[in-house]
Amino acid sequence: MATTASASEGVLRRLSAALFRHRGVRLWLTLSPPLAWMLLVYLVSLVLMLATSFWRLDALTSTIDRTWGFQNYETIVGSSTYLKLTLRTLGMALAVTVTDLLLAFPIAFMISRVASPRTKGLLSLLVVIPLWANYLIRVFAWRTLLAGGGPVDSLFAAIGLDSVRLAASGWAVWITFCYLWLPFAILPIAAALERVPSSYLEASADLGAHAGMTFRKVIVPLAVPGVVAGSIFTFSLTLGDYLTPTLVGKDLFLGNAISSLLGTANNEPLAAAIAVIPILIVVVYLTLAKRSGAFEAL
Amino acid sequence: MNKPFRLVAGLSVLMIVAAACGSESEPAGDGDTGTGSAGPPVVSEIGEGEGALNLIAWPGYTEKSWVKPFEEDTGCKVEVKYGNTSDDMVNLIRNNPGQYDGVSASGDATNRLVASGDISAIDPALFPDLADVTPSLNPESGDNTAHYVVDDAVYGVPYMYGPNFLMFNTDVVTDPPTSWDVVFESQIDGAANPYAGQVTAYDSPIYIADAALYLMTHQPDLGITDPYELTPEQLDASVELLKQQSDMITKYWAIYTDEIDGFDSGDMVVGTAWPVNQQYVAKAPVESVIPSEGVTGWADTWMMTSDAPNPNCMLQWMQYTLGAGVQTEVALYYGATPSNASACADLDAELGDSAAIFHCGDDEFLSTIALWKTPLSECGDDRGAVCTDYNAWTEKWLEIRS
Repeated sequence: MATTASASEGVLRRLSAALFRHRGVRLWLTLSPPLAWMLLVYLVSLVLMLATSFWRLDALTSTIDRTWGFQNYETIVGSSTYLKLTLRTLGMALAVTVTDLLLAFPIAFMISRVASPRTKGLLSLLVVIPLWANYLIRVFAWRTLLAGGGPVDSLFAAIGLDSVRLAASGWAVWITFCYLWLPFAILPIAAALERVPSSYLEASADLGAHAGMTFRKVIVPLAVPGVVAGSIFTFSLTLGDYLTPTLVGKDLFLGNAISSLLGTANNEPLAAAIAVIPILIVVVYLTLAKRSGAFEAL
Repeated sequence: MNKPFRLVAGLSVLMIVAAACGSESEPAGDGDTGTGSAGPPVVSEIGEGEGALNLIAWPGYTEKSWVKPFEEDTGCKVEVKYGNTSDDMVNLIRNNPGQYDGVSASGDATNRLVASGDISAIDPALFPDLADVTPSLNPESGDNTAHYVVDDAVYGVPYMYGPNFLMFNTDVVTDPPTSWDVVFESQIDGAANPYAGQVTAYDSPIYIADAALYLMTHQPDLGITDPYELTPEQLDASVELLKQQSDMITKYWAIYTDEIDGFDSGDMVVGTAWPVNQQYVAKAPVESVIPSEGVTGWADTWMMTSDAPNPNCMLQWMQYTLGAGVQTEVALYYGATPSNASACADLDAELGDSAAIFHCGDDEFLSTIALWKTPLSECGDDRGAVCTDYNAWTEKWLEIRS
């Protein structure tokens, strides 16, 4: 008994000694599980989707015909349908991003630089609390708020804006998106502002800059990485969401086109080709963000 | 640090290429069932139940009060997955082979499922109650059975049917409309449509048939003979009408509760509806009419999948749900019309005068309903394969909605 125990101990010891000597092996052993995950689950599925976008749907049997060709991309470019959907989705994503950044910056500034430690905790809690509720519940809340005869409708009627109808409009979608993604804009900006050292502000004041100038020349440039990070969240989340437009809006977005081509027509190839559009948009967006130098400061 | 990462990049490229090539040469799994070989063998007797039954059903079709007695009688434990749309149902069956035993499929789903070999034909001799099915839906003699009788093979037993009628809020629409023009035309008798901005419509490609049906009366020179068999020109004309309608729509409804909410809140005042929707609008006074152009409608059929894990329980379920007692109960709960005409007497006794909206056993009424069926490129008449299929309808529907 004692000999087997010491034998296995010896194996373990030799193994750990070998690992200690071979740094590369150690690194690979640590990295390979997450890398395998990335490759199998993430990259391969993405590539399969790309491949599908070059196949076609056999109209007779409504099954996938695996012959390569550009016909899906020709369909997308050849019809105004997908251009309209793309522009609408892109416009909404930009509108939501700009609105959320404008709303988020003052709140983030309050949280990280103005509030006392106690208020800071309370404010952060208030920002994060909505995230504890289910996404669908938050969307349905806005649907109820904006419906005809609902609170917002009654409020507008009371101040004489009877003709304004928000239910099932683009405005309703915009408001709901802004509400949904606001915490994702506030948190990175607050984190960036938090990291601005007080000594910089003191130095700026010592050198004669007044508050406004310090804000513009010191605080804002140092907050840019946070702002860009927040904008990436709000932009890409809006670009990919398709439930909010169905629940509170009327018009379709790119995600709805993908979902109905998949769910209704079983046309996976065309749906995959359309899914490439938001991917390209995000790639362009990230490239622009990188060029602005935002990632270097992160 | 750089070297291992270059290795990773190289490896990932290799894996990607391998994955892409592998999937290309892989045989098309779906294609095997779709090539229209002879249908699966028809079972001619029902054996011992398997103890379980997995169904896909429209919400409201499998309530406890008639499922429980079935479970107690047969020992088949019923599990239900609800499908909110016909497309949902088709995808559930296609993506989960061997999981579901049966589905309460509407006509816009049935022909797709039958064509792709997903549904098993049945032996009518197993179902003596079929003799009581109202004549035009009867598999023996009916002329409104294209959604479940294909090439003389019977694919399931009829359950409920109903119209897509015109529902309106009587506070706002004080004159009961007699035509679908209130939902389609921006100008009516030279004046702007008074309900523009408060109209609703069904959010599905199959709704194109409603426009085609309207055009059959209003643009006879298009030569539409069947709203589900449209040539490209006829489809384009219907799409034009629907684009005009789109500007007057407040919100489309895809799931029936969307329309109930819309009428309750007052955002919607007129539009196509199912009987169940009218039944559940609580906060607004609503009525419904059958406009002069006629209506589209749906007839739902319990169908057994060709790879059903519990075929005996499924066949027992089909026998049970075809019975007059169950059909009366479902009709009362759901607000649809029983296919089994011997249920009508009970329904009339239960409801008195209000039974009229069911048109139970009224075969003349049923034969005027253009029942949902899947649009196929084969027109179904001597025109041949010049019609537009459901995939074309879906792309057109996106165009209307974009």
